[in-house]
Amino acid sequence: MYPYLSLGPLVVQLPGLALLAGVYLALLLTEKRAAHLKLNKEHVYNMVFWGLVAGIVGARLAYATRFLSVYLESPLSLLALNPQTLSPVDGILTGLLVAGVYGRRKNLPLRPTLDALAPGLAAFMVAVGVAHFLSGDAFGAPTDLPWGIYLWDAYRHPTQIYEVILALGVFLAVWKQPLGRPGDGLNFLLLVALSGGARLFLEAFRGDSLVWDGGWRAAQIVSLAVVLLSLALMQKWYPPLQNRQKR
Amino acid sequence: MTKRQLPDTWLQNRKRWTALLIAVFLLGGAWTQISRLPPPDAAGGAPPASPREGFAAPDFTLELLGGGTVTLSELRGQAVMVNLWASWCPPCRAEMPAIERAYQDLKDDGLLVVAVNTTYQDSEAAAAGFVAEFGLTFPVALDRNGAVSNRYQLRGLPSTYFIDRQGIIRSVVVGGPMSEGLIRAKIEEILKETP
Repeated sequence: MYPYLSLGPLVVQLPGLALLAGVYLALLLTEKRAAHLKLNKEHVYNMVFWGLVAGIVGARLAYATRFLSVYLESPLSLLALNPQTLSPVDGILTGLLVAGVYGRRKNLPLRPTLDALAPGLAAFMVAVGVAHFLSGDAFGAPTDLPWGIYLWDAYRHPTQIYEVILALGVFLAVWKQPLGRPGDGLNFLLLVALSGGARLFLEAFRGDSLVWDGGWRAAQIVSLAVVLLSLALMQKWYPPLQNRQKR
Repeated sequence: MTKRQLPDTWLQNRKRWTALLIAVFLLGGAWTQISRLPPPDAAGGAPPASPREGFAAPDFTLELLGGGTVTLSELRGQAVMVNLWASWCPPCRAEMPAIERAYQDLKDDGLLVVAVNTTYQDSEAAAAGFVAEFGLTFPVALDRNGAVSNRYQLRGLPSTYFIDRQGIIRSVVVGGPMSEGLIRAKIEEILKETP
């Protein structure tokens, strides 16, 4: 675990750097796949870029809204670089909304665009695993297994390493585009289903799960629903028989 | 058989795909069931001590600048902000006035700031000069042998731990300077909770 690197007065947040590298790689792969799918790659790139910008701005504004009096008193804090004052869920929703509106305005077709995003998103998931490894977040439950790592005052499952391995597997599967025809959205759904399955499996080893009444791990319930929905949607999106025969 | 044929065959066959969905539901449901957690009481109640969010703040007793001692566990019932700093650290200097303002505004609501000077890499005289320069009114503790810095796995200065009334770390900020908004929002979040 190497969360910070002190360089004189600067404390560099290494997990943040891993995420930035993930964003860079994701944009690169998305652009490449968009070109392959004969989409306007500039529009796809801009859609992701503006989605990211809107996500960050939305996350900060949503956080500030929760503590309105504080931010009215010191409005310059809105521009502070502290990542702790971001509201992630609101940021993701804002980013998706803006990216969706942008894509619609530029007439980007839904399913090919989703397929273009799939390898980049899968690569970003690997970066998220690396960021978790560096920060010690998403840590495992205590274990006596010989490969347990000492973290947060206990020997724990190295869930961050499990996460990276699973994310790499998902990336390889999605990169190969094994389902349907490129551009029909099935490989994006495959990414969603495999990522949901990976989380469903991994969550059992986590030591920081959000637990619902009855001891159910929230992430597992949500992941199972996501996997089932994406599998159901796969068949719905699968081209009708007459189109299949033309292939 | 080309590489695309196998999954496509499954997708073409509605019955087969439905069977797959049912199998995934049953296997996923069973995995979710066996990985359920026992009720909190059976799991041991309070979280163990470790310097990260969600864990109990590791306890310490330190001498204060100007005399006396402070023991973290004796401050339960108050929102506590532990700030590790050094007089030579520019971000520490930059954020300290905002911490003092927050302390002045919120101490009557239950906020206590414990500023832990990393004396083993600073000096008591420099710490005293810093306190006088910024007119700090909260307790300043002296980590002379680095034991607290070591226990809190100090990796960069300043480092700040926001601790709730039950002694649980709610937020950790490494590096700085923290914005005034961040300081106040984190404290307000803790103070808003039922004592």
